[in-house]
Amino acid sequence: MFVFLVRRLLQAVMVMLAVAFIAFLMFRFLGDPVNNIVSQDATQVEREEVRQRLRLDDPLVIQYGRFVANAASGDFGISYRNSRPVSALLAERFPATAELVLVAAILSLALGIPLGIYTALKPRGVLSQGLQILSLIGISLPTFVTGILLILVFSVWLGWLPSFGRGDVVDVGWWSTGFLTASGLKALILPSFMLCLFQLTLIMRLVRAEMLEVLRADYIKFAKARGLKNRAIHFRHALKNTLIPVVTIFGLQLGGLIAFAIITETVFQWPGMGALFIQAVNFTDVPVMAAYLVMVSLIFVIINTSVDLLYNVIDPRLRTDPTRATGKGA
Amino acid sequence: MKKFLLAATAAALVQLGLMGNASAAELRYAAAGDIYGLDPHSMTDSFSINFLQHVYEPLVRYNKELKIEPALALSWEVIKPDVIRYKLRQGVKFQDGADFGADDVVVSLMRATAEKSPIKGNLPALKSVEKIDDYTVDLHLSGPTPLLNNYLTNIAIFDAGWLEKNNAVAPVDAQLGEEGYTTTHANGTGPFKVESRRPDAQTVLVVNEGWWDKPEHNLTKITFTPITSDATRVAALLSGEVDIITPSPLQDAKRIASNPGTKVLESPGLRSIMMNFNMRDKLVDGNVEGNPFKDARVRKAVYQAINMDLVRDKIMRGKSRNAGMQIAPEVPGFDAKLNERFPYDTAASKALLAEAGYPDGFQFNMNCPNDAYVNDEEVCQAMTAMLAQVGLKAKLVTEARTLHFKKAQEGQTDMFMIGWATLPMLDGFSVLSAMLHSPEEKLGTWNPGGYKNAKVDELVKKIDVELDETKRRAMMVEAFGITEQEVAWLPLHQQPLSWAVRDNVEVVQTADDLLRLWYAKVK
Repeated sequence: MFVFLVRRLLQAVMVMLAVAFIAFLMFRFLGDPVNNIVSQDATQVEREEVRQRLRLDDPLVIQYGRFVANAASGDFGISYRNSRPVSALLAERFPATAELVLVAAILSLALGIPLGIYTALKPRGVLSQGLQILSLIGISLPTFVTGILLILVFSVWLGWLPSFGRGDVVDVGWWSTGFLTASGLKALILPSFMLCLFQLTLIMRLVRAEMLEVLRADYIKFAKARGLKNRAIHFRHALKNTLIPVVTIFGLQLGGLIAFAIITETVFQWPGMGALFIQAVNFTDVPVMAAYLVMVSLIFVIINTSVDLLYNVIDPRLRTDPTRATGKGA
Repeated sequence: MKKFLLAATAAALVQLGLMGNASAAELRYAAAGDIYGLDPHSMTDSFSINFLQHVYEPLVRYNKELKIEPALALSWEVIKPDVIRYKLRQGVKFQDGADFGADDVVVSLMRATAEKSPIKGNLPALKSVEKIDDYTVDLHLSGPTPLLNNYLTNIAIFDAGWLEKNNAVAPVDAQLGEEGYTTTHANGTGPFKVESRRPDAQTVLVVNEGWWDKPEHNLTKITFTPITSDATRVAALLSGEVDIITPSPLQDAKRIASNPGTKVLESPGLRSIMMNFNMRDKLVDGNVEGNPFKDARVRKAVYQAINMDLVRDKIMRGKSRNAGMQIAPEVPGFDAKLNERFPYDTAASKALLAEAGYPDGFQFNMNCPNDAYVNDEEVCQAMTAMLAQVGLKAKLVTEARTLHFKKAQEGQTDMFMIGWATLPMLDGFSVLSAMLHSPEEKLGTWNPGGYKNAKVDELVKKIDVELDETKRRAMMVEAFGITEQEVAWLPLHQQPLSWAVRDNVEVVQTADDLLRLWYAKVK
């Protein structure tokens, strides 16, 4: 187990180094941050001065090396746009994104699994058919369109929910939370629903398909023959076996939620890391972009490691010692 | 744990209570982007600088008509051509209670023009500031500077003692890797003070009861929220969550106007959109020898091939103002006669091309931004089609502005689009010095095409130091007359400003597209 974690940690470092390097290769194509910093009619000399002060005239490899060296000591530099430390900016924005993604993830599971089971158990029901059609729409509409539609219906027409922002937030230490105020909770509804919609439909359809498959399996027939209650068959035996692929997909999609949060945050002006990243792109704010990408890649690695660990919990058959499997036992 | 929960619940209840009774004199304002920080000396972004003028004030300021009026300075006189004396207003207090005086002006102006100050370009020519007495300062300049007051409208005055106490006398330097105190704290003399700020989420200003000036506004509180997405910003206005939005997207104007309780405010702005010509020896992407754009007849042929009435009516929905000059009517140096465009005339255009030796036209590239100006990409697409009708093949490249302006500045284009509002200077000299003077040192910084006319260069240098306003303007008109005859640039139009408000809000819409809420009223 320990060896497994250490190995994963090393992989994480490699992934982050690679992401940062690719990021630095790409930043060159984003334009020149100097133009955004100096006034429009700044002279060439002034531009060169700024370039030198920000050390943008160094070769790419040196800029990358400096970024990695500083990042290793926890220093991600200063944002060109906000003139504040990038680590402070990210820490400030992290709670907003984390809460949004958390709520969206819970929603997608809490709604997706029961709906999936329902449509699998009653495949011919009117409600099931309706849900199937709805899920098709949910999976094929681009999320920003659903976001705008949600705003139009619930904010503009009905006036029930806010169209932007996090509402009132309460600071608990450095963490600013929207969970403790009514307006904060209200503000969460539309963006988290928009964000979870794709995942929700995906999980629902996946659970349905897996469940239908499992219900045809022999052991279910035997269980029925043994006279077990439908409830026990469906939930104890069938559901457990449908969950393995769901966990895999959910793990992969959790990273997707963080990535898609960029769009949700832009549509709803949610002050999270995604919105920060979009601004950084518009301004060519290299330190912010690099730090964000590295951080997201770290989150991805953490999620996938957790998913691998979860397999062991759900399916005992997968509990093999990775060191023995490769033949290099400790 | 119990204690914490109690505290959290209490906090939540307080927040709820505040939410319920939004006072009538609160104004909720949403713009497309956030301000960069709270230090007006740390950025050149005119939106941020203007927003911070609600908190920090300059020595002189623009009024509703964009004319300069006294603010923290009461009066000024020219002692010598390069020494200007400012008498300061007495009895002004900073928001933390400190008195305003000459020391604050000395420290603030030196801070803004320090070697590492990002805004030193906004106040050129300042050598030093001398304190004469507690309410008098002399500004020593490197030469006669007719536009000194224009520059000063953009320079915020800080409290010297407060800066010293918080170790912030030196400008914020991004390279030092330290966070500046002034980036997150503010203490000015202005009509409002900062109550709270969450970057990219909300900035709350409350009225400064101790303001020296008689308020024309009736606001007690301004809640500012950046909303990047156009659709969301409009929705927030329509649903009554905000009272004013800037900008309001052109395509939503009808919807906002027809919605009961909201209206659109539109007027042509200061920002003039124009095209630059490559006049270097070779085209970047041409199919002919040399560079046809060096010939004024070719440039005029391009000019006359473009039907700006059509662009105005079809693309700008009738809201733009076609321009023959590179500056708007509000800007000193403007001349109504010069603002008449050469007529749209494809026959004349073809004749000019034939005369110049290109009867079949030629090919070149044309670069446009797609996120900088109102319908910028559409305007360029229309121009490409119009140019094709006289045989000119413009290869259109549209890109994000960070890329576009980099290429433009580096001379990688044959024609490129740029918009110029002359801010913060608000004077025709801005265009003459940056775009029409041939590139040399501090002049011609936005003349990558390399237009050069000795007479214009000479005039620009004279205008720079002419203190007699009448003579100065006459020379500007003369210079613009020459460049227009030579079609040094291709002026297009002034793009429309578009804001939207709820019916109970009264604001002053100035052509510089900056919202001055000390003139706002909520009924």
